Amino acid sequence: MRNLPRVREFHSPVWSEPIIMEMGREGERGILPPIAEEEIQKAVGEAESFIPAGMRRKTAPKLPQIGQPQVLRHYLHLSQMCLGMETNIDAEGTATMKYSPKVNEVLARLPEMTEIHPCQDEETVQGILEIMYKLDLFLREISGLDRFTFQPPGGSVATFTHACVLRAYHAARGEGSKRDEVITTIFSHPCNAATAATAGFKVITLMPREDGYPDFDALKAACSGRTAGLMITNPEDTGIYNPRIKDFVDVIHEAGGLCFYDQANANGILGITRAKEAGFDACHFNLHKTFSAPHGSFGPGCAAYGVREDLAKYLPKPVVTYDGEKYHLDDDRPESIGKVREFHGNIPAVLRAYAWIMSMGPEGLLETAQTAVINNNYLAKLLMEIPGVVRPYAEGRYRLEQTRYSWEKLAEDTGVGTKDIQRRMVDYGLQSFFMSHHPWIVPEPFTPEFCESYSVDDMEYWTAVLKRISDEAYADPELVKSSPHRAPIHMVNYERLDDPDKWAMTWRAYVKKKTK
Amino acid sequence: MLKYDERFASANTIGNTSFVPAQGESTLNNDRPFIHPYIPNSAPEIKEKMLKEIGVPDVETLYQEIPRELRLKGKLNLPKAFPSEYELRRHVKGILSKNKTCESHLNFLGAGCWQHYVPAVCDEIAGRAEFLTAYGGTAYSTFGRMQAQFEFQSLLGELVGMDVVSMPSYSWGAVAGNAVRMAARMTGRREVLVPKTIGPERLATIRSFCSSLQEQAGIAIRLVDYDPKTGLMDLDSLRNKISPNAAAVYFENPSYLGFIESQGEEIAEIAHGKGAICIVGVDPISLGVVAPPADYGADIVVGTAQPLGIHMNYGGGAIGFIASRDEERYVAEYPSWLISITDTVKEGEYGFGLTRFDRTSYIGRDKAKDFLGTVTGLWTITAAVYMALMGPEGFREIGRTIIQKSHYALKSLSKLDGVEVLFPDNVFKEFVVNFDDTGKSVETINKALLAYGIFGGKDLSEDFPEMGNSALYCVTEVHGKEDIDRLTEALKEVVSK
Repeated sequence: MRNLPRVREFHSPVWSEPIIMEMGREGERGILPPIAEEEIQKAVGEAESFIPAGMRRKTAPKLPQIGQPQVLRHYLHLSQMCLGMETNIDAEGTATMKYSPKVNEVLARLPEMTEIHPCQDEETVQGILEIMYKLDLFLREISGLDRFTFQPPGGSVATFTHACVLRAYHAARGEGSKRDEVITTIFSHPCNAATAATAGFKVITLMPREDGYPDFDALKAACSGRTAGLMITNPEDTGIYNPRIKDFVDVIHEAGGLCFYDQANANGILGITRAKEAGFDACHFNLHKTFSAPHGSFGPGCAAYGVREDLAKYLPKPVVTYDGEKYHLDDDRPESIGKVREFHGNIPAVLRAYAWIMSMGPEGLLETAQTAVINNNYLAKLLMEIPGVVRPYAEGRYRLEQTRYSWEKLAEDTGVGTKDIQRRMVDYGLQSFFMSHHPWIVPEPFTPEFCESYSVDDMEYWTAVLKRISDEAYADPELVKSSPHRAPIHMVNYERLDDPDKWAMTWRAYVKKKTK
Repeated sequence: MLKYDERFASANTIGNTSFVPAQGESTLNNDRPFIHPYIPNSAPEIKEKMLKEIGVPDVETLYQEIPRELRLKGKLNLPKAFPSEYELRRHVKGILSKNKTCESHLNFLGAGCWQHYVPAVCDEIAGRAEFLTAYGGTAYSTFGRMQAQFEFQSLLGELVGMDVVSMPSYSWGAVAGNAVRMAARMTGRREVLVPKTIGPERLATIRSFCSSLQEQAGIAIRLVDYDPKTGLMDLDSLRNKISPNAAAVYFENPSYLGFIESQGEEIAEIAHGKGAICIVGVDPISLGVVAPPADYGADIVVGTAQPLGIHMNYGGGAIGFIASRDEERYVAEYPSWLISITDTVKEGEYGFGLTRFDRTSYIGRDKAKDFLGTVTGLWTITAAVYMALMGPEGFREIGRTIIQKSHYALKSLSKLDGVEVLFPDNVFKEFVVNFDDTGKSVETINKALLAYGIFGGKDLSEDFPEMGNSALYCVTEVHGKEDIDRLTEALKEVVSK
């Protein structure tokens, strides 16, 4: 094994913060909201007189009463016990944990972004409409498709939007009830299957071939007059690019279906290959992944959903248009599927994505993709030297931006599994890796993604930590299995979570159940 | 000097975009090699070393799986990168400066996205890199975000009077759609009753969630009439329209048109009498003074936390929560992340985890309860901070302030010739202003108000034609008496011209 960097000492802050509901004392105030001026109070009288008698609140909500410095301190402490991407080496796969440039944060916090209302007159929002329109143009070029919407506030809503468009497309052709099957693969993001089902489709999920590639013969067998379309991720969760993707698309088109490319994570293929050349009718990009908008402790995200010109009439409304002088919001779209969310989407993410692309240019986008792929394959060299790591599938072939590995060998040798290692990583100050979507077809899976933001030193350090944990597993498995030891908390009691008598989604439920 | 605004002079046609380089023909504006500060390994000597280590002659070899015919020929036709952070910042700021804001102007727009004061502490916490740039992680690696999000659930539970609160997702309309689908699964029925006064954006969102491929597999939305004098739900219409196939009755408090629906108990009773579930949508900023929906019979409560410390962001501040009683049959139907408090192997330590995660699409795929994904985590944390700051007294005060100010405004506007406020009785923060007798359209009036530096209320004339030339005005704690008087004076001049 090569020389890896020395693993540094680490201990997480352990603040043992109380729950906010336990804090403060009666009478303390965290903030004073404005009070109506005396003239107003005199002119209108008691506020309560305007609330119908039966609708007045009888007892005050049992919210805590806490001074402002104490509230601030509490949430600062909680933030210190959260490994944000910027505070560590965060290689959660499928998520593209790239750097969200600080300058874009500065821009996103300007009042010209934060203090604009979605119903303002078009005249007064020409700046943000220009950014939305131009990002649409950029994404048309990056995908080869013809029109984008930013209304979906996350990748799952983009696939749901597609399911709605698919419904509208076949209904318009008089085949709405006949074409009721959507085909996907097990290594495509689960939201493809879930959103198709939510929209009313029956879902056929293809299992991979033994070598990990999507099974073309199974696809052909699944196609019929009932096929509404294909919803597929590529490269799949495994990092393997499906070289027959065009054949997949052709078969679906021959059967009369539409093809949707889940490109939530397109980080390895920017400027390399596009939805258009592979024949896709629609695709989506997660602006909070590939295009650098921050992940925000699980959102708000923003997904750009794009389609071919002839499907543009179905997009959620309004869409931004340009007449050569002014930008407009076009709401007059009778065949639109309507809305998947109120207003125009998480537009601060659109602003950040625009700024990121303008900081990159075509060379930078290509550099991003190539570096992400180089990083991933470099990491593979490092990781495959760690005892207990296995890389299933596609022997001898290169992965793109991420790779699915397995700790199966380590688990067999030591009893230490991937979840144990996830916990142990926190003892070294590293974000736990992403394992896999379900089901776990690859046993004891883990899926690192070292996007372009990470340096060689980062990758070598991360590898050194995993190597250390692997060594620990062979020498003292209990140490890993009982981890974490230097994290904000110790191992969680999972049994309570699924027991109706013990679970508690609120403090009030917790108190009731504790005293019962 | 770059002329930023002309940079995209020819970038405005669909499908035939072409971008004008800022200067010259070279790939960059100077002789610096392409080493990007966001991409440490873009340094050529590092990359070369890595490729050598991997054992390939070039990066192309790593792309060998992609068939040649699928490769993009040539370069992406995109504008060149700004060569420095300074120039980028100047460019983007330049575009944004074309926006007029609710700070530069006096704003009376609401209609589902509201201007409230955002405490500085909310911005401080929302900007923390640890929260801003974390994703899912584990109960250990992102412990702090899970506790903060559990605290949101706990704080909101007190406001709405429910023991289960979800980690919020996308928007009020989206969670209303989820709640209707929950009710449909729980009852096995396929109809929902919704008041005609509902906002069109929200209704359209609910529709997307209720539609299905086969009409009979979808959930039919039946609109219930309202009393033309008060705006309140017409209970006779509800009784007539509710059928044994009703999964739920959904209504809002305050309603989209601003008044408080005072018949909560009667509506819930009618719903329950038919075995349907009562779903109430709320704006939680009202709940310091208005009764929590649990008090008048709600089974499921949904709503948005955007008023709780989240900037409007051109509608990007959207967020929606679901709450219910703590019964297994409800919990089993949530599509949401549900963060539960638990203990750890160490005595006295709190931990957090996900309850019944197998409900979600991450496990269940097409068999799951609807679908789930990246939601609105940062806004969830921000709203928790807001509720913690406000406390019971803050919510009581802000509720009173808003009611008094909105009533002062509606009284002032009512006095103007030709101006009438519809449904003025139970107004919380929004109210319908009718301009029929001024002979002017809302569009004309709003254009004129713009010249006074005022964003007039949301035009309702297309969405609610039966209300004539009406606009929905929103007044909150951010409006001072002077602001309201300024609006009144401006409107007086505008309508008399």
